Amino acid sequence: MQNIIEVKNLTKKFKDLTAVDNISFDIKKGEIFGFLGPNGAGKSTTIKMLTTLLNPTSGEISLNGHNPVYEANEVRHSFGIVFQDPSLDDELTAYENMEFHGVLYGIPKKLRRQKIEELLNFVELWDRRDSFVKQYSGGMKRRLEIARGLMHSPKILFLDEPTLGLDPQTRNHMWKYLRDHNKSEGITVFFTTHYMEEAERNAQRIAIIDHGKIVATGTSEELKKQTNKNSLEDAFLELTGNTIREEEGSSLDKIRTMRRRWTGGRK
Amino acid sequence: MKTIYILWIRQLKRYVRSKSRMIGSLAQPLLFLVSLGYGFGHVFEQAGQGSYINFLAPGIIAMSIIFSAIFMGMEIIWDRQFGFLKETLVAPVSRMNIMIGRTLGGATVATMQGIIVFLISMIAGFTPYNCALVPFAILVMVLVSVMFTAFGTMVASFLDDMHGFQMIMNFLVMPMFFMSGALFPFEGLPPAIATIAKFDPLSYGVDAFRTLLINQSHFGLGIDVLVLSVITFIFLSLGSYFFSKIQI
Ligand SMILES: Nc1ncnc2c1ncn2[C@@H]1O[C@H](COP(=O)(O)OP(=O)(O)O)[C@@H](O)[C@H]1O
Ligand SMILES: [Mg+2]
Repeated sequence: MQNIIEVKNLTKKFKDLTAVDNISFDIKKGEIFGFLGPNGAGKSTTIKMLTTLLNPTSGEISLNGHNPVYEANEVRHSFGIVFQDPSLDDELTAYENMEFHGVLYGIPKKLRRQKIEELLNFVELWDRRDSFVKQYSGGMKRRLEIARGLMHSPKILFLDEPTLGLDPQTRNHMWKYLRDHNKSEGITVFFTTHYMEEAERNAQRIAIIDHGKIVATGTSEELKKQTNKNSLEDAFLELTGNTIREEEGSSLDKIRTMRRRWTGGRK
Repeated sequence: MKTIYILWIRQLKRYVRSKSRMIGSLAQPLLFLVSLGYGFGHVFEQAGQGSYINFLAPGIIAMSIIFSAIFMGMEIIWDRQFGFLKETLVAPVSRMNIMIGRTLGGATVATMQGIIVFLISMIAGFTPYNCALVPFAILVMVLVSVMFTAFGTMVASFLDDMHGFQMIMNFLVMPMFFMSGALFPFEGLPPAIATIAKFDPLSYGVDAFRTLLINQSHFGLGIDVLVLSVITFIFLSLGSYFFSKIQI
């Protein structure tokens, strides 16, 4: 099977901090790939480079055959994304958020309407389509973001810590949609998490990233075997060490913390 | 085209839906108009300058436009904090189109504000000298709105958070408003102030409004429109450039 994402010697430096340090990996078409790592490991930074939001300091990326730096438009058509932080317009209704997305992605009106209905039904929000997003719970927002990310039928779906702060029911539910969609549409899923059981349960292959470096890649079984441990958690600790990671105080992180304090929403 | 439209309509919807913001942004110009207009009216008339309300109204229109336009431009900071900016930045739409859509949306709102303040000032006693010129005044409102929305976008492209917003308001926007001649005549100013006013783009907006609404001109309408157009063009170009460089 061919690779839909190929990353070679990718590096991102912020001034003197190397957030992503010379990583390489491939993802096969239709794969569910888990990117597992502690806070500040460089997961979001990697996703931002793959999705045209940040330019790499060095290294090569090929996404669906295109380079995010030089062929941003082709790349942008190829993926859908659910960001780590909410990215909906709270002042618009769910339907309007979907409509906005559909227009930006150039989906013709008839197909757009049809897709919106289908996907909002899929994530069970059709009945609430005319509510303002600010009235939604954290879980509902996440579902809406997933529906939105799928709307332009992307080949790849990026999910950056998609279940952070969601209760187990919602989490379960969400993964059921995603696995269903992966089966029926053959969509490739790239997700980051620091929950072991989420990676173990959903990822067909896992890469463990720490301090910007990929320290191991393989199936959950392979990682356990490699480290001689019984659980992925032990394997993870073996690979990444026991020190606690302080999330670095970048301004974005501060905003994130502030938001959480204000809204009490998604943790 | 459709993408520009959807960005435009989003700004309008957000504006119309947020009643508190709408009222807040009208309260301030109204306060200035009433307190200064009636407060200084006597002094102004005794100095032989005619009706102060008539003189002041074009300045207050300019004020409501500069504040709402810059605010609309700088809403990008807000969108960045609340994450929505990323949704537009990963979409297969050129940054140029995003910038155009946002700027038009912001400028439309600012123009609407200007028109509302114009109507309110008529209630407060303002009378334009020739109603046939009002549509031209509205065209200048559009120009000034685009200029300052683009300015807001440009500035917001550098800023990560709301702290910067306060700085810009206090050290750029407030001086631009107070030095523009919105509240006082250009004639007979001390040379230092007159020079500063000459470098303030809003001065030309205020002057154009006065020319068209009360037939008092300082720089001349031709110069006003020329300066406004050139500066608008510069702000738009710089705004698009810096906006296209945003990385998250
Ligand atoms: N825009 C930025 N400027 C400076 N440092 C950043 C920026 N974005 C992320 N970082 C830093 O890079 C490191 C990796 O961050 P990130 O990719 O967000 O980690 P993760 O998503 O794995 O938690 C962290 O130390 C973070 O503080
Ligand atoms: Mg992250």
